[in-house]
Amino acid sequence: MQVKVLQNILGANEQIAQRNRGLFRERGIFTLNIMASPGAGKTSVVLETIKRLRDRVGIAVIEGDVASSVDAERIGRENVPVVQINTQGGCHLDANMVSSALEGLPREGIDLIIIENVGNLICPAGFALGEHRRAMIASVPEGDDKPYKYPIMFSEVDVVLLNKVDLLPYSDFDGESFRRGVGALNARAPIIEVSCRTGQGLDEWASWLLSAMDSVRRDEAGG
Amino acid sequence: MHELTVTQSILDIALEHAAKANASRIGRINLVIGDSAGIVEECVSFYFELLSAETIASGALLSFDRVPLRARCSECGATFPLDELEWSCPRCRGGALEIVAGRELYVDSIEVE
Repeated sequence: MQVKVLQNILGANEQIAQRNRGLFRERGIFTLNIMASPGAGKTSVVLETIKRLRDRVGIAVIEGDVASSVDAERIGRENVPVVQINTQGGCHLDANMVSSALEGLPREGIDLIIIENVGNLICPAGFALGEHRRAMIASVPEGDDKPYKYPIMFSEVDVVLLNKVDLLPYSDFDGESFRRGVGALNARAPIIEVSCRTGQGLDEWASWLLSAMDSVRRDEAGG
Repeated sequence: MHELTVTQSILDIALEHAAKANASRIGRINLVIGDSAGIVEECVSFYFELLSAETIASGALLSFDRVPLRARCSECGATFPLDELEWSCPRCRGGALEIVAGRELYVDSIEVE
């Protein structure tokens, strides 16, 4: 006998993600999920974001890593609350890990949680965490072909940061091909060129994030 | 790389639906997996054998219906496989696309006794 099932294999994760989202709404917290390959500059972008926004919003960080707490220590030196999740080899964060990590953060004074996902351009795209926005960081040394190789990741995000643009003069990175690839599958996501070494573009990124926070605050107040 | 979690979830879903149908054995699990879902069939089959031991799904056949990555042109509506490095609509050359298939990851049905 055949039994029709039609059930999403990641459905359990989706449910926890929705629960997380409810908790964020209750506490008035905006969450950003940052995804990128290893070495694209996720932690550097997080640090630069903290520098630019810490006087205006209460920031906490959830730091996902396969192992080690090096990144969490870098963030911790900025004196913002940080929780490290070690996935013990796991290739992505899931909603349940984020839900547990929330217990390690203070209950008051947080407006923005930045979640730094595990460095990987495939698996994190499939696992909702309950986040409000998804940012992806690509970097110049990785090459301009990344949107073509990881279409799902690029089609899923709300904003793309192109990091390490200070290296453009020393590389064959074809910005036009990169933009065409991102734009083909995701016309609505802006591409912000940044360099964490020179500071280029980071104010623009900070403004994008603030206006995303405003827009979510308005939506949640209205609905 | 997360096939262990995925396989556990497949098994849980299959067992739950088999129990609802008062089945005593699961003979086959029909899965629909997009090519871009990042799932390696061999890994799932390997884990399934381990995880399903001593359940009514032990020995069940896993059938994988693979769905290729496809896009739809936002301008003319044509759909086509997305496998080239330079993306544009083969009909109108439009460059605004939307992924319409290739990321499926669900249990379609189970066959039980």
